[in-house]
Amino acid sequence: MPATIRLQSADFDTGAEAASLVRGRTDIGAVVTFVGVCRGDEAGTPVAAMVLEHYPGMAEAEIARHVAAAEARWPLLGATIIHRHGRLVPGDNIVLVVTAASHRGDAFAAAEFLMDYLKTRAPFWKKVERADGASWVDAKSTDDAAADRWIDRRPAAE
Amino acid sequence: MTVKLLYFAWLRERIGKGEEVVEPPAGVTTVADLMGWLAGRGEEYAFAFENPVVIRAAIDRAHVRASAPVAGAKEVAFFPPMTGG
Repeated sequence: MPATIRLQSADFDTGAEAASLVRGRTDIGAVVTFVGVCRGDEAGTPVAAMVLEHYPGMAEAEIARHVAAAEARWPLLGATIIHRHGRLVPGDNIVLVVTAASHRGDAFAAAEFLMDYLKTRAPFWKKVERADGASWVDAKSTDDAAADRWIDRRPAAE
Repeated sequence: MTVKLLYFAWLRERIGKGEEVVEPPAGVTTVADLMGWLAGRGEEYAFAFENPVVIRAAIDRAHVRASAPVAGAKEVAFFPPMTGG
């Protein structure tokens, strides 16, 4: 399966990334794109900017592990993940997940799985800048719960 | 044992540097031991590691638990819970 993982400070082109997964192929019947965008508020307080720190080397490796896990779980025909780092302002793109499959159910599920794991396992940290100073964003227990629901609790095959 | 340490987000800010090379004593065998030893290296380290339960760790770029052995590790990273995506 073609898989693209990029970490970059530059913006990305969602349409171009989705098109490049499909180009020249006729087996793909569903492409799902998810774009995470920098919001203008965090916990009800206006945000001036957000700085995304990451662990170079591990971030790529960790995302690749989750792409491999998604590929083992759903019949994917392609996946692209782009995560930005550095300083972003409200309205800026943060992350792109594109999944391609023959049918939409697999593409939707894999995209949600990848996003849930990116939130809780990929080594990125957000610091928000507000009028009264800057602070690191606390991890949300709802994000942990979202990732945990993908844990396969079925008994192992006999 | 010589090992490279990396710190991210508020751990990096509290310690005042993003990386360093250290030589922990022989009694340091796990990630938890390493955090305990680091906490004793000065005020900034004590502040950074004051609540080790919330700190996550990776050995050679893969997540590990605090009970993981550090023998053979080339790079150990410490960071708060992740907030990407």
